Amino acid sequence: MNIDVILPLVFFLVLIFAIGLISSKRMAPGKSFLSDYFLGGRELGGFVLAMTMVATYGSASSFLGGPGTAYTVGFGWILLAMAQVVTGYFVLLILGKKFAILARRYNAVTMIDFLKARYNSPAVAILSAIAIIVFLFSAMTAQWVGGARLIESLTGLQYTTALFIFAVSVLVYVVIGGFRAVAVTDAVQGAIMVIGTLVLLIGVIIAGGGVPAIMQDLLNENPRLVTPFGADGSLSAAYVSSFWILVGVGVVALPQMAVRAMSYKNSRSMHRALVIGTIVTGFIMLNMHLIGIFARPVMPGIEIGDKVIPLVALEVLPAWLAGIVLAAPMAAIMSTVDSLLLLVSSAIVKDVYINFIRPDAEERRIKIVSFGVTAILGIIVFLLALKPPELLIFLNLFSFGGLEAAFIWPVVLGLYWKYGNKYGAIASMITGMLSYIGLHFYNQAFGNLFGVHTVTFPILLSFIAYVVFSLTVKREVYRF
Amino acid sequence: MNTKTSQTDPRFKIAHREARLGVGLAIFNFIWWFGFAYGLGSRPVEDYTYIFGLPDWFFYSCVVGFLLMSALVIVVTKYFLTEVSFDEEVEK
Repeated sequence: MNIDVILPLVFFLVLIFAIGLISSKRMAPGKSFLSDYFLGGRELGGFVLAMTMVATYGSASSFLGGPGTAYTVGFGWILLAMAQVVTGYFVLLILGKKFAILARRYNAVTMIDFLKARYNSPAVAILSAIAIIVFLFSAMTAQWVGGARLIESLTGLQYTTALFIFAVSVLVYVVIGGFRAVAVTDAVQGAIMVIGTLVLLIGVIIAGGGVPAIMQDLLNENPRLVTPFGADGSLSAAYVSSFWILVGVGVVALPQMAVRAMSYKNSRSMHRALVIGTIVTGFIMLNMHLIGIFARPVMPGIEIGDKVIPLVALEVLPAWLAGIVLAAPMAAIMSTVDSLLLLVSSAIVKDVYINFIRPDAEERRIKIVSFGVTAILGIIVFLLALKPPELLIFLNLFSFGGLEAAFIWPVVLGLYWKYGNKYGAIASMITGMLSYIGLHFYNQAFGNLFGVHTVTFPILLSFIAYVVFSLTVKREVYRF
Repeated sequence: MNTKTSQTDPRFKIAHREARLGVGLAIFNFIWWFGFAYGLGSRPVEDYTYIFGLPDWFFYSCVVGFLLMSALVIVVTKYFLTEVSFDEEVEK
């Protein structure tokens, strides 16, 4: 327990707290509460937009799990992580202008709104809500575990106490501030992530005696650490490349990204976000994972991957600086958690409650329900996170893949293919989800089919299902 | 809402072109990344050279690849993307 480390962290939490409060005051009266609470009134500028995408996407896995794996596996894992550079521009260019225009035309606040309007089908809405609630729950739990682990390894508090502190701070500012609070705090957190990454990288390189010396140490220990194939030679080109689907192009279909592509103010902010997003994503991924590897000669023998970054920060930096730097993963985790929380509660409030239970609910009631659902969800996740699962990163990837398999074609082909219809969308979602879950267990038992990541085949199968069902059940041109 | 078609909304033409640009960038990015990583990285470790202390395959694939993509994205954004309004009333 080190007071010098904890003080900056506490300061950071208070700052985030304050921003959440201020943002909630800024909710414009007269504007629709829903679009304001869940979308920030569609007025995000370029910098905030880029940062909120990076911060939401750059989660516990990029700050704790990912570098932790790089520590164990070596340069092959950075190669894999760099597949994520593509998300910075791909998501915004693909969803891009058409999604923004249609979202406004349909008055959509969530990805489900968009799908429901595009396919004109309640079944699509229900299926989507189920997918979001099921898969994002596992993503959220993974993040909470990461947050609690981080606080645990910094303060020496019990895991349960750490989790409690984390849960309360996240809940308070999400419930109060809504999407705007989330986006604005994301911008602050994103900036901290960039600076923290750089400081820590420099610290590790100095501690290791320079890059060539570190490299020599790695070569002495195991030459495979500096190859693309991983410490035990198990990373194949096919496997690493298939991550382009999972963490690269497939990210287009993640609801937490899609919802951000609805929230930009105008095309100029979208353009700016494209550039900033690409640079910041690449910068963080490259450096954070390098830190993971460079930490190996500096601090050998760390068992739990998630603890590599906190431990190495405490080792190579002065305590007060470590506190500031460790606010970065804290920031990443919090900003992912808050977005997911908001997303799941929007799925419940907007897509289930308002659509099917009380279509005539008035503004006041919606407000109370929104706050309530968000809070209750937070408590449920807290209870789930009490018994943490072993490997953070894989739990997190499980949820990404499931969502991508379910949504990628209904979203992308719904935007760009005029023959796409609800039969295709329904078939595609069911095929995607079921084959993903099925294949996940198959791969766990027998090793990866054809040596690629689980997500690859479900995405292929759901594509076929979409096209076949769209064309055969009712071939009809959709007019946008 | 069915009165408008993708043919009559010129913004969609722009949007489609920009989506194709995104796909093109991604494909180029993948080829660069994959080519250098496995082209250079498949040699025996003893043959690696080091640039700024980093293995050559990694330097070209990940470091140069990232810088190059950032530059390309800046160029594309500056010269190939068109600003359009997202609101409805501007359509004619």
